[in-house]
Amino acid sequence: MTAVEKIPADKIKIEGLTGDAAIAHAFKQCDIDVMAAYPITPQTIIVEDFQKFAANGEVQTKVITVESEHSAMSACIGASATGARVATATASAGLALMWEVLYCAASMRMPIVLTVANRALSAPINIHNDWSDSYGARDSGFIQLYCQNSQEAYDTTIMAFKLAEDHRVLLPVMVCIDGFILSHNVERVEMLPDEAVKSFLGVREPVQPLDPDNPLTMGPLALTDYYFEFKEQQDRAIHAVPDVFKEVEEAFKKMTGRSYGMVEDYKTEDADIILLTHSTPAGTAKVVADTLREQGEKVGVLRLKMFRPFPVKEVVEKIKHAKAVAVFEKCLSFGAVCNPLALELRSALYDLDERPMVTDFVIGLGGRDVPPTTIVDGYNKTKEYLAKGKAPLYETLGVRK
Amino acid sequence: MSEKFNDIPMAGNILEPGNATKYKTGGWRAMRPVHNDETCLWMKNGTCGLCWIFCPDDAIRLIEKDGKYTYEYDYDYCKGCGICANQCPTSSIKMESE
Ligand code: SF4
Ligand code: SF4
Repeated sequence: MTAVEKIPADKIKIEGLTGDAAIAHAFKQCDIDVMAAYPITPQTIIVEDFQKFAANGEVQTKVITVESEHSAMSACIGASATGARVATATASAGLALMWEVLYCAASMRMPIVLTVANRALSAPINIHNDWSDSYGARDSGFIQLYCQNSQEAYDTTIMAFKLAEDHRVLLPVMVCIDGFILSHNVERVEMLPDEAVKSFLGVREPVQPLDPDNPLTMGPLALTDYYFEFKEQQDRAIHAVPDVFKEVEEAFKKMTGRSYGMVEDYKTEDADIILLTHSTPAGTAKVVADTLREQGEKVGVLRLKMFRPFPVKEVVEKIKHAKAVAVFEKCLSFGAVCNPLALELRSALYDLDERPMVTDFVIGLGGRDVPPTTIVDGYNKTKEYLAKGKAPLYETLGVRK
Repeated sequence: MSEKFNDIPMAGNILEPGNATKYKTGGWRAMRPVHNDETCLWMKNGTCGLCWIFCPDDAIRLIEKDGKYTYEYDYDYCKGCGICANQCPTSSIKMESE
């Protein structure tokens, strides 16, 4: 880790930025070498803003405009293989079109940063927010980080490169923000001086890059003889992430005073019921928790920032004392026992002798508003199920029935 | 290459260029091409060479030795696909079970 110092307040630039714009600025300051650009709502502003920087000569980045997201990720892999710092952005159907190549990026150990402005998947066509796109890619080998506001989107993008490029990790990172709710909402963002970001990240030091003087072959065939061993390697690498993430955050905190953790706990210590979610609903949940606390309810919120690798230890530590955990998630896993976040949580809790009851609420699909009343509704139902001693595996909230 | 996951190159990268010659693909062969010197046009007058052109594994050698046309297989790399036998205009190659 390079030595970093606290940035004095007068060096910090404050601007009102949307989540997308904040990420475009972060990409600019991270001095990326290559950006693959393909527009898809609600991510478009990221690549649009960035191309403006490139056109104005504010960055030295090679912007590659491609004809599809499949090619966008392919271009990123090619560029990353030469040792470049590379980024792109996508959403929804675009991420689905990248699916095949996501596995190549992760399995070839390319530290690419990919922003996903979370958006629902068709059909019917919908441009608004839920998490079915990035949850669909959760087994691709990408690290997944979810942000709650524009500041966090900016900070996380910068940290993502440091995490990805660490030699103990060397894996791509998906930085997820809620489409429109965060991607298009203007918020106050504190921006670091260019120099600070530059010295925080340093120059990428590639391991085994493509180099004509030292030829090597990447992405070859490995059948029954070696494939399994390569997957073992890759699995170990992703499990190295939490330790490196803590170090990266520690360094970032020294510089900015800000850190987020793999999980953020809010009034959970003495809570009977913990609301577990991530991204923007977590903000709503915290407000709901404050109000319910005033009414004497013992409730807290656990906001998950990292979904892959799933921070089992940290999550279990924070919730094991509770009577119930109410999961709020914006994704339906059709035909599954319950939905991705609750599925993960129930597995994480399975080995405990005394485990909290888990209730699973599917909310906000296709951008359906998640007002505080939806969260309160889930909380009240959880209380009711606790009294009964039994809860359904999952249910939907906020849908006309 | 080592056997263990933590001793092998990252992501399956091949760090040694040109090492494909070490992979003897002849081990897959169930059928072996057998050549008939008598009818082969190359052996007769140095023409044809279709088997050599079509062999996807470069396992056929049409060579000149001591001023004479000769013919041999490199069975280390012949996978027994039978393309040579199929292409030969004089049916000079027969596929036989290994
Ligand atoms: S059988 Fe196939 S691989 Fe073998 S010599 Fe003939 S064409 Fe080549
Ligand atoms: S194709 Fe047949 S005739 Fe022609 S060179 Fe080969 S073996 Fe001889």
